[in-house]
Amino acid sequence: MNTDRRPAPQETPVPDVRGPQDAAGPLDQDAVAALVARDIPHGAFVNLGIGRPTSVADHLAADSGVVLHTENGMLNMGPAARGDAVDPDLTNAGKVPVTELPGAAYFHHADSFAMMRGGHLDICVLGAFQVSAAGDLANWHTGAPDAIPAVGGAMDLAIGAKQVFVMMTLFTRSGAPKLVPRCTYPLTGQGCADRVYTDHAVFDITPEGVVVRETFGTGVDELAGRLDLPLLSPGG
Amino acid sequence: MTTQLCADADEAVAGVEDGSTVLVGGFGMAGMPVALIDALIRQGAKDLTVVSNNAGNGDTGLAALLAEGRVRKVICSFPRQTDSHVFDGLYRAGRIELEVVPQGSLAERMRAAGAGIGAFYCPTGAGTLLAEGKETRVIDGRPHVLEYPIRGDVALIGAHRADRMGNLVYRKTARNFGPVMATAATTVVAQVREIVETGALDPETVVTPSIYVDRVVQEGTA
Repeated sequence: MNTDRRPAPQETPVPDVRGPQDAAGPLDQDAVAALVARDIPHGAFVNLGIGRPTSVADHLAADSGVVLHTENGMLNMGPAARGDAVDPDLTNAGKVPVTELPGAAYFHHADSFAMMRGGHLDICVLGAFQVSAAGDLANWHTGAPDAIPAVGGAMDLAIGAKQVFVMMTLFTRSGAPKLVPRCTYPLTGQGCADRVYTDHAVFDITPEGVVVRETFGTGVDELAGRLDLPLLSPGG
Repeated sequence: MTTQLCADADEAVAGVEDGSTVLVGGFGMAGMPVALIDALIRQGAKDLTVVSNNAGNGDTGLAALLAEGRVRKVICSFPRQTDSHVFDGLYRAGRIELEVVPQGSLAERMRAAGAGIGAFYCPTGAGTLLAEGKETRVIDGRPHVLEYPIRGDVALIGAHRADRMGNLVYRKTARNFGPVMATAATTVVAQVREIVETGALDPETVVTPSIYVDRVVQEGTA
């Protein structure tokens, strides 16, 4: 896992973010992470979930002013620690050693989750098994009979932040859509997802329905054919 | 009651009774009171309910206590990890009960116990499997779940430094559950790296005031 917040070096390729007509094809994970980073406003307080969302930090500019929260009790978390900087007392929510940035603050677990539940975080970015058209999120449990349930902070994050961004592939390996009319996996939260970043498109979950913000190598009509959902184009 | 400075970890966990609910601090290894857990293994109490964020890693600490068959039930947020094989085996064999609680609700339920709150409505988990069988109420248009306090008979926590009165300071993210668990148990035992003279800690920086702390032991005096 990488929790780097290094400034993007000059030679970092700019992700291929084009409009519905001219994008070449689906984006890779790194390009999706770059899209999410692009949409995080300057100075936002942000929690990046364990796994794929953690890579968003790699794409935050040095002058983004973004303050990262880690739910085990810290604000202004820095990049992953290496070598002599590794300190067993300083880890992220994935239990990976990290560093602190100037202006960091520590607090206990009840305060950390009060911060989340109380709506003080601007954005959290989470992975997902499924998201429904109504913004229901499923990301903690497959529901398989032999699975040992483990939720961690997923449910608290899902309902707490002002905006919940989801990062996922749009289809499973076998091609089943993950943006669905109703989740079939056990829910993490009801009606909590605001925006869904995928390799094929970015979607807004709105009271009117699922709005396609941008597509990559496909179009709204083609996507609508592959998803079992009505899709709205931007602006109507 | 004044805080007892213990000669070793065995003295610090003396008297834990069978059937106790034991709050165990730490998040991963950060803040994990390993010496106290090892002493609890030697002490012998059984039929325990353990409340902790995880359900043991590898084969030491909490995992070793589980492996000894001394824990009846685990209340935690995240039992399943790459190295939680001891718990996994007991759970699949039906030899241990599990209550999964969202991490924030776990912390807040202990905070409520320590703060004298009877129960609280919380939006976390509403409409999910973890709210099944719990009372719910819509407040300001939003569904909430009624959550009850979790109180411990004993709390075992790790802190950085104590003074001789039992005031505690922590270090970085090793603070995690310590300050909350310290308020929520009848007997609170802290393992610290250093015990300093009373007055040597800046009162402005004390995180857990001594009123919550019953016993302190310096690490390495097992």
